[in-house]
Amino acid sequence: MILLWLIVIPLAGGAIAWYAGRFRTAWPRWISLIAMLLMSWVSVNIWILHYASLKEMELHGPWIMEMRLSWIPQLGAGFHLGLDGLSLIFVLLTAFLGLAAVASSWTEIRERVGFFYLNLLWILAGIVGVFLAIDLFLFYFFWELMLVPMYFLIALWGHENRRYAAFKFFIFTQAGGLLMLISILGLYFVHGKATGNYSFDYTVLLGTSMSTGTEFWLMLGFFVAFAVKLPVVPLHNWLPDAHTEAPTAGSVVLAGLLLKTGAYGLIRFVVPLFPRASAEFAPAAMILAVVGIIYGAVTAFGQSDLKRLVAYTSVSHMGFVLLGVFVWSEIALQGAVMQIVCHGLATGALFIIVGALQERIHTRDMGRMGGLWEAAPRMAAAALFFALASLGLPGLGNFLGEFLVLLGAYKASVAITVIAAVGIVGATVYSLWIVQRTFHGPNDQKWKIPDFSVREMAIMLAMMLSLIWLGIYPQAVFNTSKQAISNLKMIASPGATAEDMRPPPETEKRLADKSISKTTPSKNLPSPLFAKEGQITSHWQREDRRDFIIAYDLLIKSLGGLR
Amino acid sequence: MLEFLWLIPALPFAGFLVLALTGRRLSRGGIAAVGVGSVGLSCIVAFAVAAGFIGKALPGHFYVQRLWPWLSVGGFNPEISLYLDALSLVMMMVVTFVGFLIHLYSSEFMIEEEGYGRFFAYMNLFVGSMLTLVLADNLLLLYLGWEGVGLCSYLLIGFWYKEPANGLAARKAFVVTRVGDTAMIIGLFLLFTNLGTLQIQEVMRLAAERWAAGSGLAIAAAALLLGGALGKSAQLPLQTWLPDAMAGPSPVSALIHAATMVTAGVYLIARTHVIFSLAPVVQEAVAVIGALTLLLAGFSALTQTDIKRVLAYSTISQIGYMFLALGVGAWSAAIFHFMTHAFFKALLFLGAGIVINALHEEHNMFKMGGLRTQVPVTFWTFLIGASSLSALPFVTAGFYSKDLILFETWASPAGSRWLWAAGLLGAFLTSLYTFRMVFVTFFGDAKMQVSRKPGGIMTAPVVILAVLSVLAGFIELPSTLGDVRIFTNFLGSALPAETVSPGGAGDGMALMIVASAVSLAGIFAAYFLFVGKNRAADLLAGLAPGRMLHRIWFSGWGFDWLYDLLLVRPFVWFARSNKDDFTDLVYLGMIWLTGRFNNLLSLSQKGKVRFYAAGIAFGAVVVVAIAVFL
Repeated sequence: MILLWLIVIPLAGGAIAWYAGRFRTAWPRWISLIAMLLMSWVSVNIWILHYASLKEMELHGPWIMEMRLSWIPQLGAGFHLGLDGLSLIFVLLTAFLGLAAVASSWTEIRERVGFFYLNLLWILAGIVGVFLAIDLFLFYFFWELMLVPMYFLIALWGHENRRYAAFKFFIFTQAGGLLMLISILGLYFVHGKATGNYSFDYTVLLGTSMSTGTEFWLMLGFFVAFAVKLPVVPLHNWLPDAHTEAPTAGSVVLAGLLLKTGAYGLIRFVVPLFPRASAEFAPAAMILAVVGIIYGAVTAFGQSDLKRLVAYTSVSHMGFVLLGVFVWSEIALQGAVMQIVCHGLATGALFIIVGALQERIHTRDMGRMGGLWEAAPRMAAAALFFALASLGLPGLGNFLGEFLVLLGAYKASVAITVIAAVGIVGATVYSLWIVQRTFHGPNDQKWKIPDFSVREMAIMLAMMLSLIWLGIYPQAVFNTSKQAISNLKMIASPGATAEDMRPPPETEKRLADKSISKTTPSKNLPSPLFAKEGQITSHWQREDRRDFIIAYDLLIKSLGGLR
Repeated sequence: MLEFLWLIPALPFAGFLVLALTGRRLSRGGIAAVGVGSVGLSCIVAFAVAAGFIGKALPGHFYVQRLWPWLSVGGFNPEISLYLDALSLVMMMVVTFVGFLIHLYSSEFMIEEEGYGRFFAYMNLFVGSMLTLVLADNLLLLYLGWEGVGLCSYLLIGFWYKEPANGLAARKAFVVTRVGDTAMIIGLFLLFTNLGTLQIQEVMRLAAERWAAGSGLAIAAAALLLGGALGKSAQLPLQTWLPDAMAGPSPVSALIHAATMVTAGVYLIARTHVIFSLAPVVQEAVAVIGALTLLLAGFSALTQTDIKRVLAYSTISQIGYMFLALGVGAWSAAIFHFMTHAFFKALLFLGAGIVINALHEEHNMFKMGGLRTQVPVTFWTFLIGASSLSALPFVTAGFYSKDLILFETWASPAGSRWLWAAGLLGAFLTSLYTFRMVFVTFFGDAKMQVSRKPGGIMTAPVVILAVLSVLAGFIELPSTLGDVRIFTNFLGSALPAETVSPGGAGDGMALMIVASAVSLAGIFAAYFLFVGKNRAADLLAGLAPGRMLHRIWFSGWGFDWLYDLLLVRPFVWFARSNKDDFTDLVYLGMIWLTGRFNNLLSLSQKGKVRFYAAGIAFGAVVVVAIAVFL
């Protein structure tokens, strides 16, 4: 039930914020903040309660918590949520960055505030859903759920070239998503034909036996979907545009969380569902990873738009994650998880800084910046800190992530490791370039800008402290994901059966006994974004209708604007 | 007392935190109190710990303090723990003591700077990181300190951030050293993958156990660690960043780019000496690189006009001596030279700082002159430092440390006559460029008015360092002069003793006479070349080959030019020209194709009934054909 709360809180919070937005523009902010605080509180509580058993690896069964409701039994699709240590880390990150995203758009968003927060919170709900769903049908549902509000977020509150960016984002992820859908269906039918049990349930589908060819193609479908999200060069082209054009909160969520759904998918689905094909594919994936690390770093350096630069650094950093996942050793996987968390924090913070800067000087062109240290020392110090985190300075978490990934990779391939390590030099070059072009150098434009406010500094400090904590005392994170990773490794090892992932019988019974509301939440919450105009009932006020008309109109126009 | 070891790095870190968080609200006095005080306290604790260490005859002569487990993943369990033995103790003492003196000096030197608090925050962070580096028990923690000092070096070189040139110098320093660091970190991967630990003592024990001398893994490991050392210690081919690093304030050059950080490479090699002993090829390379570097840098120092750049090249050259010593297995000689060098080079930089400060930020020596009488204390202390650097026989610390290196290079089984000759030529160059600097700066006619004279707080550290630049030599005297072995005996518990081949042991006296003569000859040559109206140097520089050599030497042998051509320009060119990301063309192409296709199809929409009817008929025929024939 608590798992459901994690999804319902942002969904409901978003809806309420939107409703409240018609009365006061300040209310949606506070409501969203409260919703995110609530969500953080819930997820932190889960962590605290279960930390001891995670640490000692004495969970019964694979999940800390599980929830199973019947949804579309005719299809074998269930509303099946599960939380293990790995997804817990992602949920915690979502809550934390969600808070940061809400707080960082406090003054930036002045138009249609309610609708903005509706979209923002629904993206977060979709993301949490992705991290929790262990039914592939449900997973796909959440995968799409986070896509649509993100599209609106970019297209409505973005910068100059937002429409192009939003559309590009939509097409890329949608194309990837459709490939995944094909693979999901393929897997469903392969499994169903072999066993007679047609089910979308992840735990059922694990260990499906199939021919090498089939396994490879199905794996590839999943891989491409996640590779678009991660992103993997050369499927990354949506990212610089989307990140650059999105409003600050959008960029934070994109970089910090949306990319991570790709990483999560690789870890949770690609390798465990298709262990042999993944092992076969690993060298290619590792080469792609290294290409991404180097290419992202070099291209980042070439940018003149600060936000675009930061966007490309994500391409480089996510290369380490891809590398870690396909090395698939404990050290490398833990490194990848650490890299995921720390990249979310550091890059999220950099986007907040860039956003704050743009709010103040109305440009992202680095050629017009420079010498801002004097004008805004707190902001400059924060930017320096996160630039250092992003170049992998030891003592901050990002270093441990990269170090562990490379340490693990060294065993798999020395050549790959060496080339990837060169990426660290590239990271140094672009990170220092950021600091030089914005905060150092002469203040040619005579900028006089207000320094970070207490609100902004609080966000920054929270993120800094987290990174330092992860850099010098990170064991809590490793302990949390330890068992999940060892489970996944066991599943993906040859000879493992799906039994390993199934809960022991008594858990299932207990779950069944619980008299939880039989109505499925997804039916209760039809996405109004898909509602036809005729369904907009009379009590909806004009203003709300306008939001949707604008959004709908936009979608159509974008489609027309393809040429 | 030993249990207070953790305080030694913790105090400067605490100072950094206080300054970083409250720096802008503190008065200048408050900032100085925190900044200087934290390092001062750390120094006091270091003395107490040293006394405790020496007083207690610990089994194995080391002390380990475990602070907390860092992480534990898949059998990789590095800890945050400190390791104190004779080697790290010497390093720790030099870092805290010289560090304290330089902090004290800075409190007056930097007083008019806007970023007073920022300066001390960075300086404290540096001292804390450097202490972490030298006290680290495992290579990962050492790497943390290693990168930390690199960061502080970057921050302090670019301290005057408004000048883009300073930013460039700072970034260059960071990036070039990071190239070396990347080699080093790959070395760590190799060590952990093959030995299963990064704990330094354990690594050395297992390496000696598992790897045969000259085995491939040992060579790779040593070479990769050497890569890190070359970057940090500005040795060939990664030396190019140090001369530019002089863009930072003089105390920074004294502390980071002379006394402590740049010698981290020396420390790393000494710390992991077993691995280098297992890889004789690499160790030989260390010696050759050291010899080459000391010569190239010596020649370059000869032509510089910026007083700080002379000192920078001199530092590269002197660290070359340390590498030479390490390469021939004279471990403690290298550390001895590190210590004396820390004293006299810090002294020289602080002196140069006073001079520059006195002359309105003028760096060009040839615009100075005649300062002998105007800042007498600085002159005399600078002279002492210069003498020590030139290894003036018998009375200076530099003489004893350099003589030990030259002797070992000659007499050690790993040494050779060639290396010794290079060292000797380097010694000549050293006294030549050093006294060129002294004569040009302090003698002759005064060309500028002194605007600011150093106060007591700046003078005291300089005087103390001058005293040490003389006295520190007497704790280690060669067999020909009393045979005092305090320093090497002390280090003997941490580093293997020097070996002397039987043929070379008796040559000590002759070698010393030659070395002394060379040192004096350099000073006289400098006098001949650079003093007086008709400077011989000007005549030489006027000749065509002289001009060419001058150009090559002045530019540091063209390394910057080469790297710029081969690495920097192609990288920047590619990055800039790929700003719009060529992979995007694929997708733009797809859009274009879609558009064409759309146009093509829309052609069929003619609005003519005839056309549609024909289409329907044709379609019907096709469908029927399919139904019939298939």
